[in-house]
Amino acid sequence: MHSNLASAAVVPRPLAGRPVLSPGMKRALARFGWAVVSVGLFTGLWELLWAIGWADPKLLPPPHVFLGNIPDQARFFNTATRWQIGVNPADGPSPYEAVLITIGATAMRVFVGLLIAAVLSIATGVLIRYFGLFEKLVLPTITLLSPVSPIAWLPVAIFIFGIGNAPAIFMVVVALFFHMVLSTISQIDNVSRAFINVARTMGATKRQIYARVIIPAILPQLLIVLRLNLFGAWMVVLVAESTGVGFGLGQVIMMARNTFNPSLVFFTIALIGLLGFLSDWLLRLVQRRVLYWVPETAGVLRGL
Amino acid sequence: MGSETYADWSSQDAVVCRGVGKTWAEGTARAHEALRGIDLDIAPGEFVVLLGPSGCGKSTLLYLIAGLERQTEGRIWAFRDPVEGPSPDRSLIFQETSLFPWLTVWQNVSFGLSIRGAPEAERRAVAREALARVGLAEAMEKRPDELSGGMRQRVAVARALAMRPKVLLMDEPFAALDVQTRAKMQDFLLDVWRDSGASVLFVTHHIDEAVALADRVVVFTARPGRIKSIIPVNLPRPRDPFSPEGEALRRLLTAELQGEVDRAFAEQEALAG
Repeated sequence: MHSNLASAAVVPRPLAGRPVLSPGMKRALARFGWAVVSVGLFTGLWELLWAIGWADPKLLPPPHVFLGNIPDQARFFNTATRWQIGVNPADGPSPYEAVLITIGATAMRVFVGLLIAAVLSIATGVLIRYFGLFEKLVLPTITLLSPVSPIAWLPVAIFIFGIGNAPAIFMVVVALFFHMVLSTISQIDNVSRAFINVARTMGATKRQIYARVIIPAILPQLLIVLRLNLFGAWMVVLVAESTGVGFGLGQVIMMARNTFNPSLVFFTIALIGLLGFLSDWLLRLVQRRVLYWVPETAGVLRGL
Repeated sequence: MGSETYADWSSQDAVVCRGVGKTWAEGTARAHEALRGIDLDIAPGEFVVLLGPSGCGKSTLLYLIAGLERQTEGRIWAFRDPVEGPSPDRSLIFQETSLFPWLTVWQNVSFGLSIRGAPEAERRAVAREALARVGLAEAMEKRPDELSGGMRQRVAVARALAMRPKVLLMDEPFAALDVQTRAKMQDFLLDVWRDSGASVLFVTHHIDEAVALADRVVVFTARPGRIKSIIPVNLPRPRDPFSPEGEALRRLLTAELQGEVDRAFAEQEALAG
């Protein structure tokens, strides 16, 4: 009787052998497919508007125009000092190399700024909760400065650092630092009392509780905050670069504006979108590696 | 009252409470009295269950004895020493899982040793022994999220045992488990308790749990928590919950508790209304 039931429950399987793709790969492929569909829908609409004559190609060139002639666009990514007197315009990196150098320079500013902001703000947040006096001296000022738009810091960045990498990195740090300090503090306050009490009953000192319980406990949320701020960093770095840093994506956009080149604007926007997406993915990989104990959550609202 | 009178007391008891009271947020508008006038002695190796309605302050008493909170009245001693802060002698086991998710099971169990700076070989040895005592020797290298709820609480017990405590304080440790697992965990706890020779102070609002475990049941009143009665249980272990004596005890405890539950309920209704 029992065995009958068991055999009846076996679903006849097709003889086609093993599936080629693992379920994980299938899911990743599906996600990529939907991304392509989503972007395709958007560009399709744009192309349609162009085709029926609603989108003026001089103002809103459709993707096939601004992506159609990449070598032509790449010419504008001028990282050589060709504007200097006595330099041969043919010298310097090729257009494609120039694009890569420009992207690299901007990405470097984003990541260096992000790293400095993360280290500074986590350290400041922990110190604020650790030393009461430090909190009294520092926290009011940080709270006061946190609603200030990073744009307001731009002149300050130029006053202090002139032009070059430093002001752009400074802008990224300033844009993230204050929020991340406040976020660190609220994460510390939300650490489970039970965790802290366990450490206390085992005779841990305040320093040990911070180093071995509080900091590991707040890391997962902090990394999420860092990822959310990554896009903010990409936005701010562009503003900073538009003021003149030698070269960078922001500078290319400014030049496109000044020379009335919408095609170049959209080409750069496409580049930035792609870079932001890639860097988010990179940070997610880091998150998975560093926070091995955090289960992969899909979000509670999925499937509603 | 009388707190100084007992300063020179010379009992062999594991824990002594005299006139212990606790008012949360004392001196503010939100002040509320959680405990009042607790006198309680716990002998070495004794299993005492604190039974009372939810929110009656029995967990508060546990925290005071653990040294995690300070009483606002009265005094507490543990093995002749006044309780002035947490001590590895008095291990607390919590209701919710309090294992650190970023550490493996053995690292969790030996956390207290690593706080003292013990070398890894020693920590591993102690963790292996403590885990063997809770029947989880093979789970050394696992992470907490790979274990079931019951296994996690066993690891928490192993972590407490690794400190070789003289008093085990347990705050509704099995409340989050299903009924079958809880019964298994009770048997397991009795084994561990017999082996360790420690006193156990066990907080619960389940009458069945008190019947299964206790040498003495301390029944609490609703807010502020006071001791209503102390009921010795002289039944041999393992206990049959359906024996006439077990039934009688359950009936007695139910009657003791009923009035308090009603009062707590009426109070909450009044607050809500």
